[in-house]
Formats: sequence, structure tokens, C-alpha cells
Amino acid sequence: MPISSRHLLGLEGISKEEINLILDTATTFREVLERPIKKVPTLQGNTIVNLFFENSTRTRISFELAERRLSADVVNFVVAGSSVAKGETLKDTARNIEAMKIDMVVIRHPSPGAALFLSRIVNANIINAGDGTHEHPTQALLDIYTIREKFGKLEGLHVCIIGDISHSRVALSNIYGLQIMGARVSVCGPKTLIPKDIERLGVRVYNNVEEAIQDADILNVLRIQLERQDHSFFPSTREYHKYFGITKERLDRAKKPLTIMHPGPINRDVEISADVADGANSLILQQVLNGVAIRMSVLYLLGTGEGK
Amino acid sequence: MQVKSKIIDEKDLQRTLLRLAHEILERNRGTESLALVGIKTRGEYLARRLGEIIHNIGKKPIGLGFLDITLYRDDLRELSSQPILKGTEINFNVNGKKIVLLDDVLFTGRTVRAALDELVDLGRPASIQLAVLIDRGHRELPIKADYVGKNVPTSLIEQVKVLLKEVDGEDAVLIVQLEEG
Repeated sequence: MPISSRHLLGLEGISKEEINLILDTATTFREVLERPIKKVPTLQGNTIVNLFFENSTRTRISFELAERRLSADVVNFVVAGSSVAKGETLKDTARNIEAMKIDMVVIRHPSPGAALFLSRIVNANIINAGDGTHEHPTQALLDIYTIREKFGKLEGLHVCIIGDISHSRVALSNIYGLQIMGARVSVCGPKTLIPKDIERLGVRVYNNVEEAIQDADILNVLRIQLERQDHSFFPSTREYHKYFGITKERLDRAKKPLTIMHPGPINRDVEISADVADGANSLILQQVLNGVAIRMSVLYLLGTGEGK
Repeated sequence: MQVKSKIIDEKDLQRTLLRLAHEILERNRGTESLALVGIKTRGEYLARRLGEIIHNIGKKPIGLGFLDITLYRDDLRELSSQPILKGTEINFNVNGKKIVLLDDVLFTGRTVRAALDELVDLGRPASIQLAVLIDRGHRELPIKADYVGKNVPTSLIEQVKVLLKEVDGEDAVLIVQLEEG
């Protein structure tokens, strides 16, 4: 079964079969990443631009590594020092990119819908690498892949996402993706950081982290963006750690050992304590490795076929 | 699609594989450093069978691996949809090995070119030899097999279909005529 869209804009509405295809294809790329020469000629002659209107070292490096390991030509377009700062619109930037015969665009943008907008005005394949507070599909896919790798399946597992749900595209993509794959999803965090109508997506809300720990199999701990503190969503990082921090003491009180995930970068001893992040049940570095394989899989599936 | 003739049946296939096994052992003077690598899909099953025969004759198991050459194909842009990846499984170190690459049909040579490129990305074998069940001609690259089960001159409107029990439920090699137009 081929992938049904030319773009990866989000996980909302994608099918279970498509997610499985992306995950199975990523397994092949995991093997490539273990080789002495970690590179295949698959996307030779394809040009990919990484269009980043927001800072993100990790996601950009992960994409760039994936692109280079598929032998694509890579151009990085980062907002600082670019013509965007001189007032160029996304539309003009896109037109310019198109004039340069780009095959695929990986876009990160602060506005929700930026990837969709771009997919409507250019011919290239678009991959959403995060659009505002909307979606970040490759992050959710690599989280799902990492869970499947450890547990063998998603069905019946309970994943609790902890932290700033309101401003998190990682949370939203994970909710869509995990539910499609048959997992149960809940969220936990301060009331000020949980959207009011989130239950409509079929997720349970915990305001008490101890309760969440009792029920869940996996905790996906989100990064607390320190700049949010200025907007008084929570009083202090110390207080956040006291009420919502994932610590060894809290996890030791759980009925069973919990698997710990985090999309990075970590604020040690804020949302997660250092010993938990580095502990035996942490999959955090596995997520980083799998991220490259998942991105290679998506690039391969979108970048080949269709008589390009 | 219409079957024109059956050129190999189950018994023929067994005899052919037995001969190929002896030829490989003769040329390489035994099983020392020898490894078989089958190209997926059907080359994998041929390699498994040949590996077992060589094991029985040589009294020693030899390295066995399988290549999925999809990522090395030169026609990925032209295809209407991307092929499903089946994964390369080579669980031995290829450095210094005498590798016998195995495929069902040798035709344009492009698959073998891709397999050679992939193999050298995995390490530095001492040598690579090529064994095929059927050589049907029409090469587009300068590639020649070291071991051939059967030479079958064909026309371009014909297709050679290798059927194997593991995937097709029976062992046979058929010549079929492609629909015209």
C-alpha cells in the first residue's frame, strides 16, 4: 500500500495502514544506520530544502542527517539572516524556492497551517516539521516507533503525556497518532496548560501526576518552555517540579515500572529529574536514533515513485 | 499473459541447484571464507536451498545473507509507486569473504549492479561472484554470471517467471508471453 498523500502535514486523519508502512519502512533504515557506510544512494539528484522559521537545532539536524544519508542534496534556510527578516512573505519565499527546482521542503514555522499553506502553492513534497501549536508529525511517528520497538504493539497501552499540552504540537500529533494505532492517551499538567476542551479528542485529563503514574504504562514528558513562565502559566520552575516533575520517588510508588520518553531538549530537574532521564527505563536516546530512521522513511516514501 | 512453456520443473530445479553447488565448491576449493548472498525476493530462497546443499556436501555451514536492493535501484524516480522495503539481512562481516551473489533471473544486469553497490557499502569482500538460475540475455550493463543454471534465449515480449514453493506454492520456471500493446 503506497502512502496516499504527496505531503506529510500531520497525523490527523492518516490511516493505521499508512502509519504502519512508515514504521515498517523505518525498520529498514534502522539497519542502514548500523552499517559501516551509513548512506544509501536512494534520493540521489533530489534537492531538499530545510525551511526553518523557528530555531530548532535537533529537529533540523535529524532531518539533515536523514536527507544526507539518503544522498539528497540539502539546502538549509534558517530565518535569522535570511530575507524573511527583510519582510519577504512565506509565499514569496516559497516561489523563490520553487524557481530553484527544489523537490522537497521540510518546514518549521510558528504559524499553525504554514505547511498546509505551502503545500497549496508549490509543487514540491512538503513535510511539516512543526507548525506553531498544531502538529509535529515526525516526532509523534518516532515516539510511536520507539514504543512499538519496545512493546511490540500499541494496542492496549496507556500513554500519558505530561506537561504543557496547550502549546504542544508534539502532544497533538501524539494524541492523533497513538489513538489511530489503538493506544489509550491521557494528558497531565497544570490546569493553565491543558486546553479546556481536550476531552473531546478522547483523552482523559489528570491534574494529579501521582494518579497518572498509577494508571499509565508510558510517560511522555514534554519540555517545559521556560519562556512560558513569563506569561504566568505557572509560578516557578521549582513549583512545577514539585507538583509535576517526574522523579524517582514518584515512579517508585507506581505499581509497575514505567517507560519514560521525552522529545528533548530536557530541562534537567524541572519536568524530569536527571536520574529518571538517564535511568534504565528511559527511551530518550533511543528516540533520537529512531528519529533519523523515521525521517529517512518519510523522505523515501514521499520522494520516490509517482513517476517523479 | 499466457504460458508458452515450462522449461524447468521441480526435479530439474533440484538437479540444477546440486550442480551449481558443486561448481561453486570446485571453483572456490571448498567452503573456506565462502558466503552466499541472495537477492530478494526469490534469490533469498534459492540462497537458502543452495546454502543447505553446500552445507551437506562441504560438511560446514557457510555464511548466508539476503539483500533488498530497492534503495540502490536506478529507476526509483520513474516508478509509479515506491516498492515496499523488505530489508537487507547480512548478519556476518563481509570483509575478506568470498561472496557468491545469487538471483533467479539475470536480464538487464541492473539488479546485479545495485547489489554490487550495496555489498561494497557493507564492507570489503575478498571477491564477489555471481550465480543465477536463468540467464535470459538482453544485458544493458557489462555484467556476466560465473555460474548459470540454464541459458534461455528470449525475446523482449517474453517474460521468465521463476516459481518457488516458499512464495508461489510450486517449483517451476515458465516462459510467458506478455500481452501485446
